[in-house]
Amino acid sequence: MSRVWEFLTATRGNGRLDWTDWITYGYLALGVFLMFFPVIWLLLSSFKTEADLQRFPPTFLPYQQETLMVDGYEEPLPLFLMTEGEFEGRVLAQVRRVGLQAQMVDPANPEERLRVTIDQREPVEQVSLAWENYAGLFERFNFLQFFWNSTFITVTATLLMLLVNSMAAFALSKYEFRGRTVVLLLVIGTLMIPQTVVLVPLFLIVTELGMFNSLWGVIIPGAATPTGVFLLRQYMITIPDEILDAARMDKASEWKIFWRIIVPLSAPAIAVLAILAIMWRWNDFLWPLIVLTQTENFTLQLALNSFQGELQTDWSSLLAMTVLTLLPIAMVFMFLQKYIATGIASTGGK
Amino acid sequence: MASIELKSLRKAYGAAEVIKGIDLSIEHGEFCVFVGPSGCGKSTLLRMISGLESVTSGDIEIGGEVVNKIPAADRGLAMVFQSYALYPHMTVRQNLSFGLENIQTPRAEIESKLNDVAGMLQIDMLLDRRPKDLSGGQRQRVAIGRAVVREPKVFLFDEPLSNLDAELRVDMRGEISALHKRLGNTMIYVTHDQVEAMTMADKIAVLRLGELEQFGRPLDLFNDPHNLFVAGFIGSPKMNFMTGVVHSADRSLLTLDTGEEVSLPVTGFAHRAGEKVTLGVRPNSLLPDPNGSIHIQVRAVEQLGTDSYLYGQLADGTRLTVHNPGQTQVQAGENVALSFAPDAVHLFDTDTTLTLREAP
Repeated sequence: MSRVWEFLTATRGNGRLDWTDWITYGYLALGVFLMFFPVIWLLLSSFKTEADLQRFPPTFLPYQQETLMVDGYEEPLPLFLMTEGEFEGRVLAQVRRVGLQAQMVDPANPEERLRVTIDQREPVEQVSLAWENYAGLFERFNFLQFFWNSTFITVTATLLMLLVNSMAAFALSKYEFRGRTVVLLLVIGTLMIPQTVVLVPLFLIVTELGMFNSLWGVIIPGAATPTGVFLLRQYMITIPDEILDAARMDKASEWKIFWRIIVPLSAPAIAVLAILAIMWRWNDFLWPLIVLTQTENFTLQLALNSFQGELQTDWSSLLAMTVLTLLPIAMVFMFLQKYIATGIASTGGK
Repeated sequence: MASIELKSLRKAYGAAEVIKGIDLSIEHGEFCVFVGPSGCGKSTLLRMISGLESVTSGDIEIGGEVVNKIPAADRGLAMVFQSYALYPHMTVRQNLSFGLENIQTPRAEIESKLNDVAGMLQIDMLLDRRPKDLSGGQRQRVAIGRAVVREPKVFLFDEPLSNLDAELRVDMRGEISALHKRLGNTMIYVTHDQVEAMTMADKIAVLRLGELEQFGRPLDLFNDPHNLFVAGFIGSPKMNFMTGVVHSADRSLLTLDTGEEVSLPVTGFAHRAGEKVTLGVRPNSLLPDPNGSIHIQVRAVEQLGTDSYLYGQLADGTRLTVHNPGQTQVQAGENVALSFAPDAVHLFDTDTTLTLREAP
């Protein structure tokens, strides 16, 4: 911890703040603000009630008006602080409001009704988290179904992609065969074709194969990616051929060489690709939107989209679900970030 | 029996022929060294025997059976690689047992074989480490252990000592020789270092540009090199060569290109009067002699205490090395006269580079 602090407060030298330190920290602070402010804003807003979200000017923290159970009333009544008029300084509970007039009661004396104009008061508010936004996701929407769909697609597609890509990369990096360069160029060539161009033909194929409106229709077209093949191939080239020869002399089959030698030695590159694949699949929107049309097959991204109606948007649910959608990917990053750094570093050299 | 027979073996990559028809026969239990300068095809030849490289034409026989079509794994060979090629993600124990697991050896048997080999090579305390935590010499032992544990018919070594420092190399040289004596297997060892070849081999095959220059026992190669290349390659420091023409009337006289006349042995060599020949004399056969007929100017002197070397050149620029037992008073820049005993010379035909020695 002390080392973290030491790192965060490092200066250019002599312990004092040089002008370059000011610029550096200013720049870094700006970066932190730009990156984290939207996320924090999202997180705090997801705990606001629908009314609080509509308020102008907006507040940073989620506020809710305080309420109180008053004798003789079944519902809790909202509290107001009187700012002027004859009851100035007292906290009253509102019974009902008609136009600019409101009927209030003093919680200490619930029998007597008091009439005030609404510009004489302001609501008593406190910071409060609207957990019902989250609870509603599970009660009103089939959040777990969406979550399961997204998870199933992400996990299956990632595993399938790692398997297919690493086998292709192994063949392209370690076997000499006629047309190897052509195959590799074709693979890399597909990088130049934007996905939107092949969207329609891909859709037709998926429909022909009966995978329309099925999770497999999302999983299988993304199983082989040129980026993945290329990334893994570049890494596998650095594995010395002599190790494979040694394994062959050790009577290992080619399949065994792949599983016992190539895969463990490519682990850093495979980890990088796994992280990328998880992010791609989890955040994928366009392709699932085309293939999946029934609500029970929706992924989280599609569900989020469906909150945004033409006339009305359910902001509180939308924000809460956005937070829940972000969490798993943030977790993956937190646990695997050291592999990203080492993996990318080691795919570059040696 | 694991004798190895190569019959007019060829290897070509497209139009480039790297092995140009080699015939070789290695007896069971022999330690055979393939030696030659880099690019001579010795490693390719070894990889062809191992099965890792395909054969373009010709036959490889192991124990009397043609193995051209048999994959590397089924030839009953084990190989030690130049870079050791240990599996970096496995411990030493896993490295050693990988091959045995692949042939479904029972666990207990693997364990006992592994312990035998580890004890023999003194790597038993390293079994749970990974290759990156080992020193060069230890990795070398593990690589040898991985070959030994599978009890192959033939061991193949591909320049196994070239990554070690000089001192360790001498040690490992002795250990590999000792291993050969203990196991009694046929071994083929590839190196570019003729000292390794001389000290370890039962038989040496000298290769150059994909062709077998000479095959025989180390001292036979040293004493009776078939051509200029073998003469120059075997022996350290290198043999000295001087070109000249045999006297037109007297076969016992040779006129060097510098005009100096030296005497030649009349018997034992098939040189003819007036023929252009190359005279080869080993550095230890050239003796400083005030009456000597060869004159060099000394360019450098190396004093090693027990030996000293003079590096000089003839009047026509031909460089000569003289080995002098003990210490010498000669300084760089001096002129020295040399002579040699007539029976210590080698004679080669300058045009064909072949030896002129008559078969006994």
